[in-house]
Amino acid sequence: MMNKVTIKSLGDAALIVQLGEGIHPSIHKRVRSLQLSLENQPFKGFMEAVPSYNNITIYYNPFVVYQAYPDKTGATSFQKVSTFLQKLVANLNEHNQLKEPIVSIPILYGGQWGPDLVDVAQHNGLTPDEVIQLHTSEDYLVYMIGFAPGFPFLGGMNQRIATPRKETPRLAIPTGSVGIAGEQTGVYPVETPGGWQIIGRTPLDLFLPQHSPPTLLQSGDKVRFLPITLEEYETYKEENR
Amino acid sequence: MSIQVIQPGLMTTIQDLGRFGSQKYGVVVSGSMDTYALRIANILVGNAENEGALEMTLLGATLQFTEDTLIALTGGDFQATIDGQIIPMWRPLLVPKGAILKCKSAIKGCRGYISFAGGLAIPTVMSSKSTYTRAHLGGFEGRALQKKDCLACHTMTVENKSILQLVTQKTKPVTWTANGHALVSSTQTPTIRILPGTEFDRFDQTSQQTFVNQPYTLTTAADRMGYRLEGTPLKLSEPFSLLSEGVTYGTIQVPPNGQPIILMADRQTTGGYPKIGQVISADLPKLAQLQANAKIRFIQVTMEEAERAFIEKEQIIQEIDQAIRLKLSN
Repeated sequence: MMNKVTIKSLGDAALIVQLGEGIHPSIHKRVRSLQLSLENQPFKGFMEAVPSYNNITIYYNPFVVYQAYPDKTGATSFQKVSTFLQKLVANLNEHNQLKEPIVSIPILYGGQWGPDLVDVAQHNGLTPDEVIQLHTSEDYLVYMIGFAPGFPFLGGMNQRIATPRKETPRLAIPTGSVGIAGEQTGVYPVETPGGWQIIGRTPLDLFLPQHSPPTLLQSGDKVRFLPITLEEYETYKEENR
Repeated sequence: MSIQVIQPGLMTTIQDLGRFGSQKYGVVVSGSMDTYALRIANILVGNAENEGALEMTLLGATLQFTEDTLIALTGGDFQATIDGQIIPMWRPLLVPKGAILKCKSAIKGCRGYISFAGGLAIPTVMSSKSTYTRAHLGGFEGRALQKKDCLACHTMTVENKSILQLVTQKTKPVTWTANGHALVSSTQTPTIRILPGTEFDRFDQTSQQTFVNQPYTLTTAADRMGYRLEGTPLKLSEPFSLLSEGVTYGTIQVPPNGQPIILMADRQTTGGYPKIGQVISADLPKLAQLQANAKIRFIQVTMEEAERAFIEKEQIIQEIDQAIRLKLSN
């Protein structure tokens, strides 16, 4: 069951390698394993790969594939890339030592920085302090980065603080805002409109366009939230300037 | 500084072939909407195909040149003039010092490209010069051009100089143009070829047929990020929720209201709506040149046909490149 893999075309210059269904750390480990293998030994024409919860989207140039891997059977570039990937998946080292760095993200909870903290508490029959305690007591897995530059899709939030999105989305959610939407939690790296329940804000920059890599978090990282005071928040801000 | 912006036009940005390699960080690809027009514009002045150039939208820019500059115009027809004289597109041109290049509104197509020999001297961000205005990333200060902006070009290479020589020789003036029409045909009632999307089978039978039988109209909500279409709503056989995953240029998503959206150059890296189709790469430039109210008809093709179309276009571009090299060696 673990080795089941399907490959679906996403047009003529991209495809999706599906490594399982649903959201599980074990499936995601295979996703990262394949990402690593592919980046270490890419095929000619490979452009880039984007990992998600349980699959990888692979972008390639079919003309380069056509020229680099000639054959007489009339196989399409899609078929050639698929065959290459099937082999790569079959040889995936399940025991690949993948790095799982833990990134601490300081958060100033509540007040003007987390205007929905009280609502989240009330919705779940908890006190604001209990919400903070539950939110900071888990290590979260970064499944993927998407939606906006540096935006982490995190897994592993305690169900006891799950809260539906706001009925009317806010027009602008400030950079660094930490939110809850249903059973998900995340951090906004740039200011955007959004309907998440905002419980706090981090002074850290999650999107760093001049750095390599350009984001604080990457797929496969573990995230730990750390409650801080306003004074500490100001100090972080000052140091980041 | 060698180029002064007199009028920026509606939405003029610097674009190359896109910011590839950072999508896993959520960084949007951007890049030219009509990649064929951009590549030919660069080839015509002796630049690398992926060099940054100006992309104009619907209403073009007016630029004044403070130095002799070798340029080329491709893509949509913006009725361009130099000091009032109509100039040909798809050909290398020398704009003399002090001259004014004026582009008006697009009478054909939607997006026009101006390449500059040597390339525009702006910093690359994550190895690309492309502008992504929503995140103020890349290009000229991360935004569309404004009045009084000043652009500079890099020093010309040997390739740029040899084309300049061809253009400036008095005895044999350049009268040829690259055959851009072999790459992109401009029409407001186009046929756009598609491959079935990853969730095509999850749509009901009627919707699967409607999608390729009925025309869809391009609404005014159409920009570099995506094209919202309007037509017979498309329905899923039964509702289901999809986890977000990677998407690409030309992905056709269907949100709950049933009206399809085609993802364009500034698309987000991931999406969670069901995908009914995927525009084939060879037809993306045609799509890029549509104006609002265009009536699109989708037709489904096979992977073999899509790849053949891809390869044919690449061969046309190679032929244009070789033809220019031949002229240089004669």
